[in-house]
Amino acid sequence: MALLETIQLEHLPQCHKVHIALYRDVKNAAFLHDQLLAGNASFEYALIDASVIVSKIHALAAAYRAVNDMLSDRLRSRNVHSEIVFSLSPNNNIAESFRRFGITPSTTSLLLIKITTDPSLSASDIASHLTTSIEGEALPFTDESIENVTDLARVRKIYKLNAGGGAKGKGGKGGKGGVNNVTSRVDERKELEVAVLGAIALRGATN
Amino acid sequence: MSIDALSPLPLPADQPPDLLHRATSSPLPLPPIFNNDPAPPELITQGAEALLYRTTYLLPSMLCALKYRPSKPYRHPILDARLTKHRILSEARVLVKCRREGVAVPAVYALDEREGWLMIEWVEGEVVRIKLNEWLKRRKEVDAQAERPLLEDPALKDFLGRVGTAVGKMHGIGIVHGDLTSSNLMLRLKEEAVNPADEEESRNAVLKGEVVLIDFGLASQSTADEDRAVDLYVLERAFGSTHPSAEEAFAEVLAAYGKSFKGANIVLKKLEDVRMRGRKRSMLG
Ligand SMILES: Nc1ncnc2c1ncn2[C@@H]1O[C@H](COP(=O)(O)OP(=O)(O)OP(=O)(O)O)[C@@H](O)[C@H]1O
Ligand SMILES: [Mg+2]
Repeated sequence: MALLETIQLEHLPQCHKVHIALYRDVKNAAFLHDQLLAGNASFEYALIDASVIVSKIHALAAAYRAVNDMLSDRLRSRNVHSEIVFSLSPNNNIAESFRRFGITPSTTSLLLIKITTDPSLSASDIASHLTTSIEGEALPFTDESIENVTDLARVRKIYKLNAGGGAKGKGGKGGKGGVNNVTSRVDERKELEVAVLGAIALRGATN
Repeated sequence: MSIDALSPLPLPADQPPDLLHRATSSPLPLPPIFNNDPAPPELITQGAEALLYRTTYLLPSMLCALKYRPSKPYRHPILDARLTKHRILSEARVLVKCRREGVAVPAVYALDEREGWLMIEWVEGEVVRIKLNEWLKRRKEVDAQAERPLLEDPALKDFLGRVGTAVGKMHGIGIVHGDLTSSNLMLRLKEEAVNPADEEESRNAVLKGEVVLIDFGLASQSTADEDRAVDLYVLERAFGSTHPSAEEAFAEVLAAYGKSFKGANIVLKKLEDVRMRGRKRSMLG
């Protein structure tokens, strides 16, 4: 069973829906990758390697940017789904963004995003196609599930956030007694998300 | 109408320009991303260059501030588009750098340099100008001066110290603000609502919270002591005119600044030159 979540993003037209599913232990990534390369029309999805995603908001930010660019006729890649993958990029290299953020034959954690503008394609239609097409364990689209599959070192490398950086101790009041580990870990994750959002919003316009 | 005609986004010829603004009946310009919203976002301020709205990003629970720089009908459209793009990107770059380096500023969520908008984290709280004036007023009302002179009030000293540290931290990473005033500093609201024991404690709670720097529209990357000193001078002057009763207390800002990064003391020396020049200039008229 696919655990498909359908989200209405703020400020997008009512008819634009974002459908998202998350998987781990995916067994048929090579097949899925082939469908994209072949341009198979029934696989119009953004297929993202979930190990480079840090949070729900990170994924949704890319979807928002891609739809926004589609609505103003500014897609830089083939369609809104490839644009979502490109929208995760901190620079303007489209081919590189597909290699880094897109599914590869060796992907095991998969984040799938589908944008629909036509209500005749329902969430349950999509869910049943996913159930038959994706061999993997469906996870709920939550920050907790994403956290479990994130490769932090790789995220830091791709977004050029030096270790411990992207989340350099806030306030620099270091060693303030009583700060428990859970809070600081949550804060660190939050700061990582913020750094990533900034990088994708700027996309290459860093200096 | 003329604003739309000059908008950097080319409109399909058969579409009336009004469609761009159908989200609101108010005459205020809104970027087209709001076209689909049933109600217009809440306008917070309208500056000379930018409009600031309170709205949401991605999810209804994620509040954000949207800074919109509408095109100026009196500017040449190409120049206007270039200028807008430059301002949006430059403010975003500086915010991203600050936040990465641990300087308290709003996070950058999204931007569209062509449409002229920037979405940043909503800071729950109030600008320092309002907070400080509220605190000064309340202190005066209870005649706290009789007990202790203003300049020795620990709550004020602590607060001004935090302002100096925040500015120093920003300078320390190579950013100058360009428009430091007590309206471009915010105090982030503290959630932990305590039951204040007395009026003094309740009054001092007004000055609590993290000092957050905002409005980097005129900021730039610089490590020049002169630029840093001008930043301090601008803040000092703004502070003196907005909070005349606390003018002398500004020394607390500078004292904390002096300890905030390596080289801060050289900037304080430079500040004396900048003040001198400022005085000469005002004497010349
Ligand atoms: N991130 C934010 N969260 C909450 N309130 C904000 C935020 N940013 C700005 N504000 C409020 O909006 C006001 C105006 O914002 P800002 O200073 O950035 O714009 P401005 O002065 O009009 O811009 P500019 O000087 O670049 O033309 C601030 O004084 C503050 O009250
Ligand atoms: Mg301002």
